[in-house]
Amino acid sequence: MEQQAILVYDGTMEGFLCCLFTAYEEKLKVVDINPPGAQAGQQLFTASREVITEPDKAKRVWTSLKKKASPAGLRDLKWTFLSEIPGMEMHMYSMIRYILAENVPVDRDFSHPAVLKVSQAAKKVGREKHRMEAFVRFRLTKDEVYFAAIEPDFNVLPLIKSHFKNRYADQKWIIYDLKRNFGIAYDLSAVQFITLDLDPAIGLSGAPEAYFHSSEIAFQKLWDQYFTSTNIKSRANQKLHVQHLPKRYWKYLTEKNL
Amino acid sequence: MDYERIKEKLSILADAAKYDVSCSSSGSKRKNTSSGLGDSSGMGICHSYTEDGRCVSLLKILLTNHCIFDCAYCVTRKSNDIKRAAFKVQEVVDLTIHFYRRNYIEGLFLSSGIFKDADYTMERLIQVAKKLRLEENFNGYIHLKSIPGASDELMREAGLYADRLSVNIEIPTKSGLKLLAPDKKHEDFMKPMEKVKNEIIQYKQESKLIKSTPRYAPAGQSTQMIIGASGESDRDIMYSANFFYKKYNMKRVYYSGYVPVAEDPRLPALNSQVPLLRENRLYQTDWLLRFYGFDIRELLNEQNLNLDLEVDPKLSWALRNRHLFPVNINRVEKQLLLRIPGIGLKSVNKILQARKFRKLNWEHLKNIGIAMNRAKHFITCDSREFEVKEPSSEYLKNVILGTSSGKFRKDIGSQLSLF
Repeated sequence: MEQQAILVYDGTMEGFLCCLFTAYEEKLKVVDINPPGAQAGQQLFTASREVITEPDKAKRVWTSLKKKASPAGLRDLKWTFLSEIPGMEMHMYSMIRYILAENVPVDRDFSHPAVLKVSQAAKKVGREKHRMEAFVRFRLTKDEVYFAAIEPDFNVLPLIKSHFKNRYADQKWIIYDLKRNFGIAYDLSAVQFITLDLDPAIGLSGAPEAYFHSSEIAFQKLWDQYFTSTNIKSRANQKLHVQHLPKRYWKYLTEKNL
Repeated sequence: MDYERIKEKLSILADAAKYDVSCSSSGSKRKNTSSGLGDSSGMGICHSYTEDGRCVSLLKILLTNHCIFDCAYCVTRKSNDIKRAAFKVQEVVDLTIHFYRRNYIEGLFLSSGIFKDADYTMERLIQVAKKLRLEENFNGYIHLKSIPGASDELMREAGLYADRLSVNIEIPTKSGLKLLAPDKKHEDFMKPMEKVKNEIIQYKQESKLIKSTPRYAPAGQSTQMIIGASGESDRDIMYSANFFYKKYNMKRVYYSGYVPVAEDPRLPALNSQVPLLRENRLYQTDWLLRFYGFDIRELLNEQNLNLDLEVDPKLSWALRNRHLFPVNINRVEKQLLLRIPGIGLKSVNKILQARKFRKLNWEHLKNIGIAMNRAKHFITCDSREFEVKEPSSEYLKNVILGTSSGKFRKDIGSQLSLF
């Protein structure tokens, strides 16, 4: 009989892939996979064990996966991982096992519960990615850097990097994830991951004079004026407004905070 | 920069531009290859939404609201007693750049009242676009209005800097136009459309031979019609729309429910409701034409001059064509899947993918996310249970209405009594 196991990995995608490697190698019946510190549902008689991350093993799993899955399926897996939704690991695990077990590509088989779950989670992440591309509001700092702070539901900074790099190639900018305490910074040549010690006074919106350019607040006011003037009062539709612009994003938006 | 003065102009000229509903910023292929500012090669992005629920994607303003014309439906018409203002070319350029750098917008949508004459106005619009492209190295999205009556020369130049060009026909029928915009000629609207269409074709052909051919209006052209200002039927509107799609290769036709802006015996009264639901049904019809393979004559014809406000146009069509249903979800080809009420494009693709692996049952379909309350009456799947009995279409419609809700329901008046 297969041995039951709860696997604990280091929280990285590579670490997660190593769990698959271990499961195959030792013929384990995996009942749960958790990042460190997660509240694992304690199961009687099931040992919880730590999986050491070894890049080579992760690569082997990914390579065999690439042979059997479509680019869209691989993207769904990567994006789902970034969702950080508790328990997603097991859906990803079942999906990968299903893909590796079949001879034809099955990563688009939406009638399979794990495949559907993963594609739905990826869709959520895609939506958050798109929202961040839309709702990031840069504020010009005193040292001429366009700065934005965000608190996205999912870990989407790695996904929005290239969008902002292509778009703002001639200005320095920083987008900082306050929730996960790291950011991406562009210095006119490349984008780098950074961590900063930020004064909470910088905030998500507004333009405190200690940090921001003297013209910054003027442009925020102009934008707010535009936002107000372009609204058609006789078509007011608050429900639709909030549906498109959920309240949890308002804190970023210049036009909602002046 | 005199921020207060600019702010005042912005309030006047954004307010005057807001009745143009076009907002799309997609479809262009302008990449940021020059390490400049902006990129419009991806999908469009809505950076905000106003309290009327419309998206804010572009900085949509008029260059000026001075106008020599007196079109009854327009807030900027000559005879209307309102504040007038005009932006300088450089002011528009600066605003666009500063807003874009802060990630407020995808680009600029510049229109204008017609001052002096068509050519003079068009020239100013082109100057803004040219400055943005050449001096600011700006690769964001630019949508310019074609001014009816502008010369061919100018129309050609406009397309070299703009991503999209549009001229709004506004009134769907010739007779309506004569009544409400007596200064304007129908041909003046058609001429720039024809010109832009031909230029797009020509530039495309040349670029096949010579790679360095500049792009000409890569996001194509669009137009807009006002709904409910001149007593036109839905058939009039959609047949016009169909004509524009076919004849001028329009990327989009927009429908704008008439917002009363003036007391005029030729127009709906000032306190009348904006026809939001009708507008919505027209957009749904537009989508059925462009993405679902419907022919306009199936949806609107002699017997059906107007769309059913109570149910969406696809369901309405299906209720009139019960002999085609039920269809087996596991067998029918894509064309027919697209015609099932309650199943959209994305679900169709998911069904096509999923049914390669196994026969789908109700549970699968529900998980995929189709609108079961409508769809279940028109399909069979891998299950012995199915809904299709043989009730009359009128009865079925009431059953479906009873299992759904809509915020406009109270406006239509109820026909919901089942028995």
